[in-house]
Amino acid sequence: MATPLRFMFWRRAVEAGALAVVLCFSLGATDAGTRYNTLNHHLMCTCGCAEILGECNHVGCPNSTGELRELRAAIEDGKNDQQILDIFQAKYGAVVLAAPTAKGFDLVAWIAPFAVFAAAMLGTVLLVRRWSVSNTQLAAAENDDPAVAKLREKIRRETDTGNDGGY
Amino acid sequence: MATFGSLSLLIALALAAYNLLAGAFALRLLATGQPARISPERLAETARRAGIAGFAAVTAAAFALVWSVFANDFSITYIMEHSNRALPGAYKFSALWSGQEGSLLLWAWLLGIYGFVLRLRHKTDVRLYAYAGAILAGIQVFFLAVLNFAAPPFALMKGAIPEDGNGLNPLLQYPEMVIHPPMLYLGYVGFSVPFAFALGALMMRYPGEKWIKITRVWTLVTWLFLTCGIFLGMHWAYAVLGWGGYWGWDPVENASFMPWLTGTAFLHSVMMQEKKGMMKSWNVWLIFSTFLLTLLGTLLTRAGLVSSVHAFAQSSIGTWFVAFMVIVLAVCIFTYILQRKHLKTEHHLESLVSRESSFLFNNLVLLTACFVILWGTLFPILSEYVVGNKVTMGAPWYNAVAVPIGIFLLFLTGVGPLLPWRSTSMRAIKRNFVAPVIALWVMAIVCLLAGDRPWKDGAFDAGNFYALVAFAVSAGVFTAIVMEFMRGAAVISKQTGRNLLVGAWLLTRRNTRRYGGYIIHIGVVIVVIGLAGAAFNRTTESEMALHDKMTIGPYTLEQVGATQDTNPNYDSQYALLDVSKNGKKEFQMAPEKRVYTVSMQPQTMVAIHSVPSWDLYVVYEGSNPDTGQPIIKAFLNPLVGWIWAGLVILVFGTLIALVPSQQPAAQKGGQ
Repeated sequence: MATPLRFMFWRRAVEAGALAVVLCFSLGATDAGTRYNTLNHHLMCTCGCAEILGECNHVGCPNSTGELRELRAAIEDGKNDQQILDIFQAKYGAVVLAAPTAKGFDLVAWIAPFAVFAAAMLGTVLLVRRWSVSNTQLAAAENDDPAVAKLREKIRRETDTGNDGGY
Repeated sequence: MATFGSLSLLIALALAAYNLLAGAFALRLLATGQPARISPERLAETARRAGIAGFAAVTAAAFALVWSVFANDFSITYIMEHSNRALPGAYKFSALWSGQEGSLLLWAWLLGIYGFVLRLRHKTDVRLYAYAGAILAGIQVFFLAVLNFAAPPFALMKGAIPEDGNGLNPLLQYPEMVIHPPMLYLGYVGFSVPFAFALGALMMRYPGEKWIKITRVWTLVTWLFLTCGIFLGMHWAYAVLGWGGYWGWDPVENASFMPWLTGTAFLHSVMMQEKKGMMKSWNVWLIFSTFLLTLLGTLLTRAGLVSSVHAFAQSSIGTWFVAFMVIVLAVCIFTYILQRKHLKTEHHLESLVSRESSFLFNNLVLLTACFVILWGTLFPILSEYVVGNKVTMGAPWYNAVAVPIGIFLLFLTGVGPLLPWRSTSMRAIKRNFVAPVIALWVMAIVCLLAGDRPWKDGAFDAGNFYALVAFAVSAGVFTAIVMEFMRGAAVISKQTGRNLLVGAWLLTRRNTRRYGGYIIHIGVVIVVIGLAGAAFNRTTESEMALHDKMTIGPYTLEQVGATQDTNPNYDSQYALLDVSKNGKKEFQMAPEKRVYTVSMQPQTMVAIHSVPSWDLYVVYEGSNPDTGQPIIKAFLNPLVGWIWAGLVILVFGTLIALVPSQQPAAQKGGQ
């Protein structure tokens, strides 16, 4: 029983963290005008034009005017940002949100890029460190010979001029 | 003309198939040394000539289509669907790529041009060029098969021939649309050439790194075309779509950006192979991936897998592309497994803090960016498949995920050139990094003082925060690059007794690749500054009766006339706006809305007044049906001009990098 509880705890913790990041990076405006502009950039026009609601400008769009009116009304009703997004999602489906939520499978959309980035960085650092250790051991063996050390220094100086066509 | 075009395509397919089969057979004979009735060299030569003749055949087909557009031959379905009599001449050329069949023909024709040049230059290395030529022929067979059997551009209309055509998509009736798609295609198609060389070199176990030197110009030119194509597309979106932005993270935009990222990674990591014999497998896979991503881009555009504003050329040929991608991937994997011992690295990295490491990290970041964009493009499909719920991956997601990665990449752009090869000391790090770090902090403080605050009204403002970091890092990177230039220029100046500016020029000529690269990096910095300006965009919208005024930033717009115009191609409505600054009239703007006669589709013609600090961008949104008054939306978009200026610098840097380096007089004399 302890395992599912722990799993739930971590799941909630990750969701809460991701939600905090999403809100931090997307919402937070306070006055009505700014909130209206911010929120209409976090919603999509549902007419099929695949444009952000606040940027849909095609003449006679059957949906955007109504959606914008609903958004303005929700702000005037005193609803908070998350409540407004929830209302739109309930009415139009998840496609109305310009970005996935930080819940359930949608969370994968947010985590995967950073996870891949972190894994790639970590992997590279570990690989380079392993290579540099083996190179140091090799160099230590070679450095006993002063002629080799002198030649190495000469090569180092020459390859550092960059006048050979590369960076 | 339709018969001539169809026949040309059929002949082109036969010639490409011969080029592939005869070329492959001849190369097999040469590789194994098996005796044959015909000399393999002569067979390979016939294959090469078939390739050249194939180019002539595809050219004839492309000519036939363009001729038919100009002749208003509406018996051809494609012409009927993509042109009309009133279409201006320049846009009749655009009809060639405005639809599926035409754009595939353009692809095949451009591939023919690249192949033609490659086959003419075969004496550089006959065997390697024969391999590359046969692989290009294989790609050409695919495109010509699609054109002959799945998407024929010369298919005839059934029933009565209409008097006039449906006309060209209004979005394409803009001067840049005559250049943007061919540029993009030149980039897409061009990556077939380094791919063909890489695969060919791997198949024949080409000794050394000479193949990379041979393909360097091809890769760089292709990359330049793709870069210009992407930026022209951005400018077109900015000037035509009328939403005030230039990049919407649309799946088709993403499709062009992904091969650009892997191509850029290849251009960097290939230097490691040339200089150090490292990252051989990595480079081969980078170029394979770049080519596969160009195919994926075409698949996304055509197959309707993802919803996009570019979805004007969709059909069922997606299956063909999926099959071709699977074949290409299988060939790449098979060849790699068979020849992987040939790609054994000669050296390993020695230090985490070195030029080599910076190249490696730069590659990782570029590939992560590519993954992020691919992930964002395909996640809606994945989500629908896994949980049955389709989601939207719009700008907020990309801005939160891709922008930090982009800023880190910019940071590496500045750090890399300051690190020496192999390893470095703390003293060298201090010496090289002091000035850029000071510049970075000074810029950050200046931005904060100028009002770029990451916190607004007690809330964190991500846009302002990213802009602040981008400006600060740009200042650091710019200082680092200028320092590199100045350090070398000072040495040359001391040697020659010329001033620093002349010294910098002589330095650049001595190592065009290195300093051309630095100029490209300066261009990137300028572009990033322009992109960061978007955090401060302002907008206002109002219905404007005669002499009504609207204020945005330092400008006041006054409506002095709203009128209509008509011509055979479209009807237009536009407003005349007097723009004043500090109470003084400065200029007039005329935003316009067109409705095209044949298609009855509307299009925005934005009025833009651009100065280095910002763009005043005015859109005629339409007229209020109740009052008949125009509705005007105005944007003040800071620093947008820097994006286009950055492109010019980037192109200049690339052209410099393409010019061979000049050897100093002392070295010449010594040879």
